[in-house]
Amino acid sequence: MTRDPKTLAERAIAVGVLVVAALGPLIFNDYWVDVILTQTLIVGIAAASLIFLAAYGGMISLAQTMLMGSAGFMIGNMVTKGGAGGESKGLTLGWDPTLSLALALVGTTVIGLLFGLVASRSTGIYFLMITLTYSVIGFYFVGQVTVVSGFSGIANINRYTPPFVGDMVNDRYRLYYIALGVALAVYALIRFALRTPFGLALQGVRDEPVRMSSLGYAVPLHRTLAFGFSSFLAALAGVLLVWWQGQIAPGDIGLQSTIDLLMVAVIGGLTRIEGAWVGALAFIVINNYVRDSWLTDLLDRVHVGGSFNTIIGLVFLAIVIFSPDGLIGAWERIWSFFGRAGGPDAPVVAPGPVSQEA
Amino acid sequence: MSERLAQVDVRRLVPRLVVGTVVIAALLYVIVIAQPPPEVGGNWRSTTFGSAFDDWRSFTRTLLNGLTFAGLLFIVASGFSLIFGLMRVVNMAHGSFYLLGGYIAYEVQQKMTGEQGYTIQGFNVNTWEWVFPALVAAGVIAVVGLVVQQVFLRWNQGQELRQALITIAISVIIADQVIAHFNEGLASSVTWPGWMNRLVELPLLGIEYSLTRLVVLCLGLAVGSALWLWLYRTRTGMVIRAGVDDQQMTSALGVNIQLTFAMAFIVGSALAAFGGAVGASQGAVAPGQDGQWLLNSLVVVIIGGLGSLLGAAAGSLLYGLVFSFSAVYLPTTGNNCCTQYSIVFTFILLALVLAFRPQGLFGKFS
Repeated sequence: MTRDPKTLAERAIAVGVLVVAALGPLIFNDYWVDVILTQTLIVGIAAASLIFLAAYGGMISLAQTMLMGSAGFMIGNMVTKGGAGGESKGLTLGWDPTLSLALALVGTTVIGLLFGLVASRSTGIYFLMITLTYSVIGFYFVGQVTVVSGFSGIANINRYTPPFVGDMVNDRYRLYYIALGVALAVYALIRFALRTPFGLALQGVRDEPVRMSSLGYAVPLHRTLAFGFSSFLAALAGVLLVWWQGQIAPGDIGLQSTIDLLMVAVIGGLTRIEGAWVGALAFIVINNYVRDSWLTDLLDRVHVGGSFNTIIGLVFLAIVIFSPDGLIGAWERIWSFFGRAGGPDAPVVAPGPVSQEA
Repeated sequence: MSERLAQVDVRRLVPRLVVGTVVIAALLYVIVIAQPPPEVGGNWRSTTFGSAFDDWRSFTRTLLNGLTFAGLLFIVASGFSLIFGLMRVVNMAHGSFYLLGGYIAYEVQQKMTGEQGYTIQGFNVNTWEWVFPALVAAGVIAVVGLVVQQVFLRWNQGQELRQALITIAISVIIADQVIAHFNEGLASSVTWPGWMNRLVELPLLGIEYSLTRLVVLCLGLAVGSALWLWLYRTRTGMVIRAGVDDQQMTSALGVNIQLTFAMAFIVGSALAAFGGAVGASQGAVAPGQDGQWLLNSLVVVIIGGLGSLLGAAAGSLLYGLVFSFSAVYLPTTGNNCCTQYSIVFTFILLALVLAFRPQGLFGKFS
């Protein structure tokens, strides 16, 4: 087992991050824990599902936001109660929250498998386009089909949580720790899945689909299963999201949100799972602190105008141009720079799907 | 007999049977089965107008609506398809070019007619005051497209995903800048010239139909014919088609392929902006429509096959007709029914085509 300085440094950082995350509420103020960190964990899970597909399946999916939202809409329709109060739109089935949670996760995975089946014969840019149409169609579906939502969405979902999850409305640290637990579990699950025969075959499919096919592997099946697995991860993020914001509306899965999630994943880096949370933290911090700051003032002063979106768009553009494998890629590059200076066994920067020549 | 049975490939047969059944069922439903809605309630046979036999005129009108929508779809999507076919660039900012084009046409028309705002009347607009704004929009966006291609896309040719991500970043910036600079981001509408603002009697069909919609259809046909003449009857077109088939061989023959790329990007972007001006005249442009028109272009070219002019036409027709018919020929339960399932049919269309021909109707595998 080689213990190169980069691995050691990464382990040290991982331990540090875990300790800080576990002690989160003691270190940060309520706004940071409740808004920035909890959101980072949730968005990071969704971005991890995207990065899993991109890095190990060679498929950049723009459907993850839609899948995340579909879990949210399912659970919203199932748990909320109608009646005299009329507190919610949607089907207001009023089912048992634990059952609804399970059904939402299974249902979204099934949707993912079906959509994945249709898209599985395409790769690269075609896959990106097909999943983008899924995402936009999902948005118009929940907007137009008023039986399940309508454009105003479903509210008060977080009042109905399973008993083992507990009260989300009054005890927000609870959600922070749940999100932390789920995020760690998702990370471990992805790492585990990649070591199974399925995960290894998937990476083979990513690199050499034709060769894998002639070796007898069912290439579309592997892609479909990978898409189904990533849908399950996105569904976890979706459930946490509705518990966090209490409601879900078509706007949550619109094109803007879809592209936001892609930006999170790309800013983090499409080559390693860790990039998901790095990108989420960067995106959310920029989103929270740049909205009305000297930067937007500067834009106004040079008569460009615009808001957060212009800035995040410029950041995104800069990252895609200068460091296509994101912040994680920048980290790898720093190490390979020092490694090259230090000795012959320099760690090699993994070529990401973005930087690869097509 | 058993030998002949063994020759039937089940995996090929099943999708054909499914497609055939769905198409025949849909045609039967629209032509025969559907019924006009009763006063109260309704069942699975009740639709807005009833079948083609019950209400021939509404059927024709729906057909024409589909065709005219297809005309606009074709104008926008053919530009998208042209750019992709030649350069393998998926221009995710195509919808933003549409939006920007619509807003520029609006601003120019307002300047020409004296800032009358949203409620500008048709009789105050002459033909030139519509044509000029549309041309300005097309020209400006052609330049924008050229700059985007030269600055951001030329140096990373072949890296499809990176180029897609770059155009996504540009679309995010454009969307935000449109809100900041054009009519405060309000929905804005270009006005058709006054003479178009009427219904015309259609001979043979016996119905009155909006002239503006027919003009849109004619514009679509004109753009299609012009593109066809350009691509199939000129030397530049020949070079472009050669570039679509084999880029390296074409440039090895001494053709300046970069010039051809730039030209394709200019024309493709200008078509998006021209479509934006037409779309803004039919309805209005508003922030958020960039995504909608990106989706429209994507659906059209995924159905028709990327990079094929015929495919763009076929995709526009299918999508336009499915969109228009599913809006009125779906079971409703009375007049105050609000649920629209038409978007589901867009997906069914897409899934059927992809299951049957993953490369699209007229696409080629590269």
